[in-house]
Amino acid sequence: MRTFDYVVAESAAAARDLARGSAGARYYAGGTTLIDLMKADVERPQRVIDISRLPLTAIEVRVDVLRIGALARNSDVAYDPQVARGFPALAEALLSGASGQIRNAATIGGNLLQRTRCTYFRETRWRCNKREPGSGCDALEGFNRGHAILGTSESCIATYPGDMAVALAALEARVVVEGDAGERTLTLDEFYLPPGDRPERENTLAPGELIVAVELRAAPLYERSHYLKVRDRASYEFALASVACAIELDGDRIGQARIALGGVATIPWRAREAEEILTGTPPGDAAYRRAAEAALAGAQTRAHNGYKVELAKRAIVRALRTVCGGAA
Amino acid sequence: MQTSERPAAPARSVPVTLRLNGREATFHVEPEVTLLDLLRERAGLTGTKKGCDRGQCGACTVLVNGRRTLSCLALALAHAGDAITTVEGLAGEEGLHPVQAAFVEHDALQCGFCTPGQILSAVAVIAEGRAHTGDEIREAMSGNLCRCGAYPNIVAAIAAVQAAR
Repeated sequence: MRTFDYVVAESAAAARDLARGSAGARYYAGGTTLIDLMKADVERPQRVIDISRLPLTAIEVRVDVLRIGALARNSDVAYDPQVARGFPALAEALLSGASGQIRNAATIGGNLLQRTRCTYFRETRWRCNKREPGSGCDALEGFNRGHAILGTSESCIATYPGDMAVALAALEARVVVEGDAGERTLTLDEFYLPPGDRPERENTLAPGELIVAVELRAAPLYERSHYLKVRDRASYEFALASVACAIELDGDRIGQARIALGGVATIPWRAREAEEILTGTPPGDAAYRRAAEAALAGAQTRAHNGYKVELAKRAIVRALRTVCGGAA
Repeated sequence: MQTSERPAAPARSVPVTLRLNGREATFHVEPEVTLLDLLRERAGLTGTKKGCDRGQCGACTVLVNGRRTLSCLALALAHAGDAITTVEGLAGEEGLHPVQAAFVEHDALQCGFCTPGQILSAVAVIAEGRAHTGDEIREAMSGNLCRCGAYPNIVAAIAAVQAAR
């Protein structure tokens, strides 16, 4: 690891001040992504600002909103009874990610900023536009079995690796960010940036801005939600494809649907076309398959990741069967 | 007992005091020192193993304030004041911790390199109280890899400790 200055922030405002004073600053919460990437020489901060002791760990109800502090640990959120009851897809996503040890350290705010597992990003001997803008992308013609098929560009096909944010996309969560002008609240669509020609920019956080919370609005739609993760191993592995879905039935028809995909896209991927197809139709495999076809219609595959198209479609069908039954 | 290093510390080092296996201990470490390296290189507690050093194998698992975590992905300075339990801190005056005894009884190891991490993780899994069936124990323990493939006996050891409680 390269050397860096280590400072402990006494407040969120102090943390932002410390960040503003150093171009190469990084916040340290759980450390599980940052320290790993510092050892890989991918992250090279000049200053590490320890925010891990800030009082941002509460999980609390504010009227009809569940507000999860950015420093709440993944494990604490996963086992919170309000999360399990009101937002089961979130609990399932959190428990499908990493290991018990890592979930005890990883935080909700840090998890939103988890970086790709693309080998060409993580190993500095390869060309990577995300790590070194303008250097090229060795994944395009490389071993890209794990890479994205949605939201890609000619600059980057790195997969967004996380589970939690995929569930948060389907649950229409909002990210609360603190900056100089106070707090602002972002949908996940507003928070994450697809790579385009600037893959080094992964989100819309301004320099020094600090994620302070994630907010979830309580609704029957989100209570009937589910996260399905498909991977090479049964546990402790990243998704090849994953699906978060939420369904509200209206009589014998689907009244509302939310679907988000992980493991196949460059950002947590909201499948709005699929949601529209499901809305107003009776639940059943025929509708699920039509929705799955729509969700993957724009997929662009490379040499080794073509299997992900059918894998993701089947995962969508299976996830929908789980939440609202498989009757044709 | 106060355990401290010699005072001639390099300029970039900072004092940090931890509660290490029940005892207060102060070390002078640079910001880059992980909790794992503090334990092994500064405190001489080499029971905690450095496997991958990248958060993938679980060999460095310790308890931080009672919760299992990976010491290779944690900065030592970020753990000022925390209670750290390593494998050296498990046995009591009456002998081995029940999980240690069960690992011996069930032959839950071959080479032994992953064993301290397995045992710390198992102690926490039992305390968490959520894994009861074999499948649940395997899922809860999935962050601890064993290249010798002692998994069936590790699961049996954990199940035996739970059954005896």
